[in-house]
Amino acid sequence: MMREEPGYRTEGATGAALAVERSDWMARAATWWTILRISLEERLVYRGDFALGTLMRFLPLVTQTFFWGAIYAAKSQDGEPPTIAGYTYEEMIAYYLLTQICRAFSSMPGLASTIALQIRNGEIKKYLIQPVDLIGFLLLGRVAHKLVYYVVAAGPFALVFFLCRHFFSGWPEPSVLLAFVASLVMSFLLGFFLEATLGMIGFWFLEVSSLLFVYMLFSFFLSGHMFPIDMLPGGFGTVVRALPLQYLAYFPAAIFLGKIQGEQLVWGLLLQLGWVAVFAFLARAAFYLGVKRYSGFGG
Amino acid sequence: MAIESPSTQSFAHELSDGAHPASLHPSYLGVFLTFARNSLVRDMTFRSNFIIECITSLAWMGINLGYYMLVFRFAPSIGRNTGWGEYQFLVFLATTMFINSLVQAFFMPNAEEFSELIRTGRLDFALLKPIDTQFLISLNRIGWSSLSNFLFAIGLMTYSLAHFDQLPGLAQVVLYPVYIGCGVAILYSLMISLAATSVWLGRNETLYDFWFYITNFSRYPMEIYEGRIGSPLRWFFTFIVPVLVVVNIPARLLALPLEAQMWPLSLFALLAAVASLWVSRQIFRRALLSYRSASS
Repeated sequence: MMREEPGYRTEGATGAALAVERSDWMARAATWWTILRISLEERLVYRGDFALGTLMRFLPLVTQTFFWGAIYAAKSQDGEPPTIAGYTYEEMIAYYLLTQICRAFSSMPGLASTIALQIRNGEIKKYLIQPVDLIGFLLLGRVAHKLVYYVVAAGPFALVFFLCRHFFSGWPEPSVLLAFVASLVMSFLLGFFLEATLGMIGFWFLEVSSLLFVYMLFSFFLSGHMFPIDMLPGGFGTVVRALPLQYLAYFPAAIFLGKIQGEQLVWGLLLQLGWVAVFAFLARAAFYLGVKRYSGFGG
Repeated sequence: MAIESPSTQSFAHELSDGAHPASLHPSYLGVFLTFARNSLVRDMTFRSNFIIECITSLAWMGINLGYYMLVFRFAPSIGRNTGWGEYQFLVFLATTMFINSLVQAFFMPNAEEFSELIRTGRLDFALLKPIDTQFLISLNRIGWSSLSNFLFAIGLMTYSLAHFDQLPGLAQVVLYPVYIGCGVAILYSLMISLAATSVWLGRNETLYDFWFYITNFSRYPMEIYEGRIGSPLRWFFTFIVPVLVVVNIPARLLALPLEAQMWPLSLFALLAAVASLWVSRQIFRRALLSYRSASS
């Protein structure tokens, strides 16, 4: 919106255009801020549920700790501690704990299915009519979701990590920590754009839930959430390491544990960034093409 | 609406003492078979959905199996000198699948529905029927697609037993289904008790989560729980909430030789099954007494 001010009038046409541009940007920022605030408030309604749910999510780790303990015990011989795919017992448990952090960034519960549902029931029309960008809107919603989640989950996470501190051999170097944080942020973006792209498939197929289930299954098995993908043998392992899924859980955790270093680390981060770009583009393109073939009826 | 009797069975009983005894006394087997047939008809109406459900749950089983086979590429057994080598553990896994698929097929859809009945007040209709309410609530719907995992488990069991040097004896084979039944009974009791708590809690959306987290402890041989934290855990999940005996007892019976059996614990499992059923029955009755209809 343009506000008439005496100073701009004297500057002539270019000044007016600048003012329009500037106030336009401010209006847009205000819109985004409002969206973020609404989402934040929405999320805080269920904070009690959140905190309890977060703590419960660590329970399977208790059985995993004992299971791996027994596996390593069977392998142990006198002398040095046994390793599996290069992981000692402590590192293995630390890995599982770290993937919980990774999943806290990269998992997007319900994103793809919500997009597909909105396409199917026609709710998507509002993004076509109102001057709000669907992908931007959803991204901000997720940022708000995650921010609230971290605030509420910080307590349970801190508690669990404190109790399990003996599985870690200390804090990594600041540069490693920085790379870890960078890859976590990118894993959030990758998770978002990947799921958004999947949701856009709803423009072509009405029912995508079984497709999403297959994706979830693959993602669970191949992202490193279930086990470090270093364990996968031969050709199969090579294929899995070429997929973008590993950046959702395995990659950040492996950085923290110092399994990926030096040149390999730089390349890994660049590849992750590349995958983010690819899926950001795909989500956009799918939305553009989808809207072209979409037809909405009724009010 | 005030419910006087926790179970409508007594109501049926009173009437059956009256003029038309035969027509009002329900045949539980007949009712169960009708439920089974209706569920199958419903499943077959959406046939492709049924097939997709089967495939997805089989895929999930496959991934689980893949994970454990991967782990056994790196280690000879679970724990030292416990006897749980790769094929023994696969028998254990197949046992887990047998029990879980039975519970999921027969009770899981109903327990979820039970919470919903309480929340919406539709439980009134179940209470009015002249049949035991717990029976009606527990077996109303059968998820036939979950039984695909049962078939998968049969395959896995055959494959693993084929790698055994010595096959289990007659006593073991006869006792195995008995203990599978005990395991199902314990898990059922736990599930229906959890579902019944929604009378007091209003809603119970985390029921499935909670269920998953508790049964998670039953998935591995109990020998893995040892040490300062492990031993109390093992004790708690054996004697207080007996989920550890659910899979462990039948699996051990079939997978390990007779000398390695824990007979006292096997006896305890029988007791635990009966006690669990009894306790869950009490919780269920209590829940019905506290039920205040939400519908009218």
